[in-house]
Amino acid sequence: MGCIMIFSGSEAAAKPRKLLMKGAEAIGEAAIRAGAKAYFCYPITPQTEVAEYLARRMPEVGGVFLQGESELAVANMLFGAAATGARVFTSTSSPGFSLMAEAMSYIAGAELPVVFINVMRCGPGLGGVLAAQSDYWQATRNSGHGDYRCPVLAPSSVQEAAELTLAAFELADRYRNPVIVLADGMIGQMMEPVMLEGLAAGEPVEKPWATQGCGGREPVVVKSLYLDPQVLERMNRRLAEKYAKMQTDEVQVELYNVRERHDLVVVAYGTMARICKTAIDRLGKEGLQVGLVRPITLFPFPVDAVHSAARHSAAGVVTVELSQGQMIDDVNLALGELGRSAFFGRSGGMVPTPDEVTRVFRDLVKRGAA
Amino acid sequence: MSREEVVIAGFGGQGVLLIGKLLAQAALDAGREVSWLPSYGPEMRGGTANCTVVVSDDPIASPIVDHPRGVVAMNRPSLDKFEGSVEAGGFLVINGSMVDRGAERTDLLVVNVRSLEMAQELGNVKAANMIVLGALAGLSALVGLQQIRRAVEHAFEQKPRALEVNLRALEAGHALAQVEIVRAGAKGRGKGLDGSGGAGGAGNDSDGSACGLH
Repeated sequence: MGCIMIFSGSEAAAKPRKLLMKGAEAIGEAAIRAGAKAYFCYPITPQTEVAEYLARRMPEVGGVFLQGESELAVANMLFGAAATGARVFTSTSSPGFSLMAEAMSYIAGAELPVVFINVMRCGPGLGGVLAAQSDYWQATRNSGHGDYRCPVLAPSSVQEAAELTLAAFELADRYRNPVIVLADGMIGQMMEPVMLEGLAAGEPVEKPWATQGCGGREPVVVKSLYLDPQVLERMNRRLAEKYAKMQTDEVQVELYNVRERHDLVVVAYGTMARICKTAIDRLGKEGLQVGLVRPITLFPFPVDAVHSAARHSAAGVVTVELSQGQMIDDVNLALGELGRSAFFGRSGGMVPTPDEVTRVFRDLVKRGAA
Repeated sequence: MSREEVVIAGFGGQGVLLIGKLLAQAALDAGREVSWLPSYGPEMRGGTANCTVVVSDDPIASPIVDHPRGVVAMNRPSLDKFEGSVEAGGFLVINGSMVDRGAERTDLLVVNVRSLEMAQELGNVKAANMIVLGALAGLSALVGLQQIRRAVEHAFEQKPRALEVNLRALEAGHALAQVEIVRAGAKGRGKGLDGSGGAGGAGNDSDGSACGLH
């Protein structure tokens, strides 16, 4: 029996009820509701369903769907289209994201609002297609060259993938900056109920910098080339102020079972955080208080939330990731004088089960008490 | 807290992902929380595919499950891989048309479905996976036949001719599961499998079944 669609895109637009959607599809639909006018893509597992969904939906809303000849082309199409002031985005996975890195630096330098969805697979190199979180450093530091940063939003459910996709467009416009939605492969592939009602673009942001034809006004130039060092440093400082403002205003974090005192505090994001929640619930039945700090924004990182939860934890903090340890750097920076985080991670597409995580947490608590 | 997890596994092309989607859709229509997580790795190419469906009254934390309440094994490798993982007192649906052995576990309710032969008798061999889905509906404590039926009707909206045989297949599978449940009840096994609250997770951990396979 062939492929049977349980719902269709047009239906998704009409009925105010929860729909069963893949994360990749929910991301596509949320982008449309955010008012995205153009989507450029090059297929790569585990997020090709975003493209599949938008190939059908974009023409329905009068938007542009274009599969480029490579990720390099796609990223430069984004540069050009964003310069017109339209909401534009792409979705890709790790190796494809690396290929977009050069253009991303130019986009950050030209201060263009572009949303990049990166549904991570395992690396390095071509790696494998299974779920991983091994591109944390790349996303939260610099994907490309130069002194720039991007907000990084990390969903842990299909509903949140939709909500954060919408939020990414708002942030991108408000800060004139590329924004990354960083999901693991499970978020892309999993189906969960999604409530799309209420997902709508906010107030439009004025874009006087957009190149829309300069009839009646001075021409505007969108560029990242500044050969005068004084001018460029001024620009670098202005960008730094922008990133500092993000760190003050845009932190998002979920606290789960965070209390006054803990036997252990866990920091995890994405699907990994949900596996940790099941372990935390089980340990709760054993009388152990384990708190979870789940960064929703990886940049800006929830420094205060981590530090504050960690202050009263008998066995300290453990960072759990689908990598060999990347976010742990930010956790340690947040902990400061409180000490250093322990680490547990699986990689290469291996995902720890709740049993495995429960054992790790229980052992850490025991060792902390000893 | 009512919660149930099912792993559905088989060869790519046997409809295991579809069975899971229909189960998930039915659970969503019944107002429950649900997650459907497919295997999507290289193992799908010519090898095995599986999906994990979690149905719950509460928000679902981990979509990954160590010990599902039920497993559907559409082929032998799936039975070999997943039989040991089923929660004590849980259930196992074996596609007898493709699997050349029975269950090794003695603490599970086992339904052997000769899905291909049954589907052939119904007039369309392609409906084999709907027979399995029907059996699953019969064993699930959280999703009923009527909800699954509606999900199937919706899925086949564009194919009214295929719908009829698929609904008959669904009911045939459901009836088969009912027979097994009654038989297991008569033998004094299958505690909690009559749908009367058998999915209570904590209760199953402590029912003391002699299961050393975890």
